[in-house]
Amino acid sequence: MKVTRDVIEYVAHLGRLELDPDEIERYTSQLDAILEYMDKLNSLDTSGIEPTTHAIPNVNVFREDDVTEAFSVEASVGNAPERKGSFFKVPPIIEVE
Amino acid sequence: MEELLGKDILELGNLLAKKEITSVELTKCYLERIKRHDGALQSYLRVTEDLAINMAQEADKKIAKGEGSLLTGIPLGIKDILCTRDMETTCASQILRGFIAPYDATVIQRMKQSGFIHLGRLNMDEFAMGSSTENSSFQVTKNPWDLSRIPGGSSGGSAAAVAAGLCVAALGTDTGGSIRQPASLCGTVGLKPTYGRVSRYGLVAFASSLDQIGPITRSVKDAAALLQVIAGRDGMDSTSIPQPVPDYLSYIGRDVGGLRIGIPQEYFIEGMEPDVRKAVEDAIKVFERNGTAVVPISLPHTDYAVATYYVICTAEASSNLARYDGVKYGFRAPGKDIIEMYKKTRSAGFGKEVKRRIILGTYVLSSGYYDAYYRKAGQVRTLIKRDFDRAFEQCDLVLTPVSPTTAFRIGEKVEDPLTMYLSDIFTIPVNLAGLPGLSVPCGFDHTGLPIGLQIIGKPLDEPLILQAAHVFETEMRLKKIPDRFA
Repeated sequence: MKVTRDVIEYVAHLGRLELDPDEIERYTSQLDAILEYMDKLNSLDTSGIEPTTHAIPNVNVFREDDVTEAFSVEASVGNAPERKGSFFKVPPIIEVE
Repeated sequence: MEELLGKDILELGNLLAKKEITSVELTKCYLERIKRHDGALQSYLRVTEDLAINMAQEADKKIAKGEGSLLTGIPLGIKDILCTRDMETTCASQILRGFIAPYDATVIQRMKQSGFIHLGRLNMDEFAMGSSTENSSFQVTKNPWDLSRIPGGSSGGSAAAVAAGLCVAALGTDTGGSIRQPASLCGTVGLKPTYGRVSRYGLVAFASSLDQIGPITRSVKDAAALLQVIAGRDGMDSTSIPQPVPDYLSYIGRDVGGLRIGIPQEYFIEGMEPDVRKAVEDAIKVFERNGTAVVPISLPHTDYAVATYYVICTAEASSNLARYDGVKYGFRAPGKDIIEMYKKTRSAGFGKEVKRRIILGTYVLSSGYYDAYYRKAGQVRTLIKRDFDRAFEQCDLVLTPVSPTTAFRIGEKVEDPLTMYLSDIFTIPVNLAGLPGLSVPCGFDHTGLPIGLQIIGKPLDEPLILQAAHVFETEMRLKKIPDRFA
């Protein structure tokens, strides 16, 4: 076993997901199989090989620092599930004593 | 109407210019067909009937003034992952339900300038994650050739609608095969352009180093026409390629004599259905008869592509999908503090395949595993790319199957993600290497399900791919629309 229930629960927390016991069970066994399959990459010697992050290299893309039309406040916050005026409204982030 | 179904975009453009039909008539024909057939097919998430009629009226005015261009008055379907101003864009996910895009994706903007008609939003696997369109949160799209089977994915709605004649053509997106595989399983043409050929601005991101937008059509010529409109450098996407856009349509009708066609031995594996193998081998003979040289080539790292892909795409996805937090748009579930709100929102809003990939992607990027998985996969990606670089020293195009099987049954692979992932074994390497690849129908299996041939080219060699695919298509003269929908 490469992954345990504890690992899945920890990774789910990092990814801001809450899983029920059934999901933890299912993802543990599925991810174990997938990671085991991925282990085949370790049979390749890749020492000294640079990783590819983008297939078509396109470096130093510059543009003039011109002022262009931007989204209005309304367009930017218009989709928010909760808002107050021109702000996004969220539940408490810092606990107040 | 039936004779209109057989017309390509240029022919329809001619009829419109000569006033033999109007765009409003053509659009109503397609809306009527959607009403008649889409109850069974389930390819559209939303049909934008009023908008389509409005756009068609505008198109007819443009044509009357002699201002029509390539797509003026042509009714098209759009995969529901391309932001379109003042319209809901959901990615077939509960978490984006109700999201109204405040801007047009660059491809949509370009097609609007060309005067296209927006028929509606096509179904897909949630956030383009899947190979069967069964991961849509809203509905299961059927394969038009056999309604008990999947249309492929993730652009399954697009491929099904095009194959059933419920739009002239459609746009899809392809991260690991999501244009080519459904195109193949539905008997249509699907083109994934070179990475960067088409701007990704306004395409909801899944795996940014792999995603590309491209056409799904009933003919190679239509794929060339659509690419003509959507391709090109865009200041809003710094990964878009600055090279000028060639006149793709001018390559349609040129012969393929003297070209060298590479056949990779690694693509003719065990597990491939005999009918698929036979159809692809016959396709190679068609190219030989047309004067191409056939060169055996080797792509030795093919067997590592699926593992490489699922490390890279899940890592990028886990990062891209962090933005769905219930704050800026879409769905929110209540929580006593912000972390609980995030967790409840994401857990209720994402479907199970999306959660699986977020967990996998978070795992491979997490402290202590980054080098073992993500860095390693990036290195193997280099090896896969080099395989193609070497192969293209010996040949001009590479021919392979698109998928090892024809369309599988609905429900057959949903509980077995690894088997589902392996169904993209022939399309994934093309994304990893950033190359253009096209699926063109090459026959049917013994039960009447379509089979696709993949034509892969060097970076920016879309003209040569389209040229070769058109020669092949012309020779094959395969049936395009299933009887049920004809």
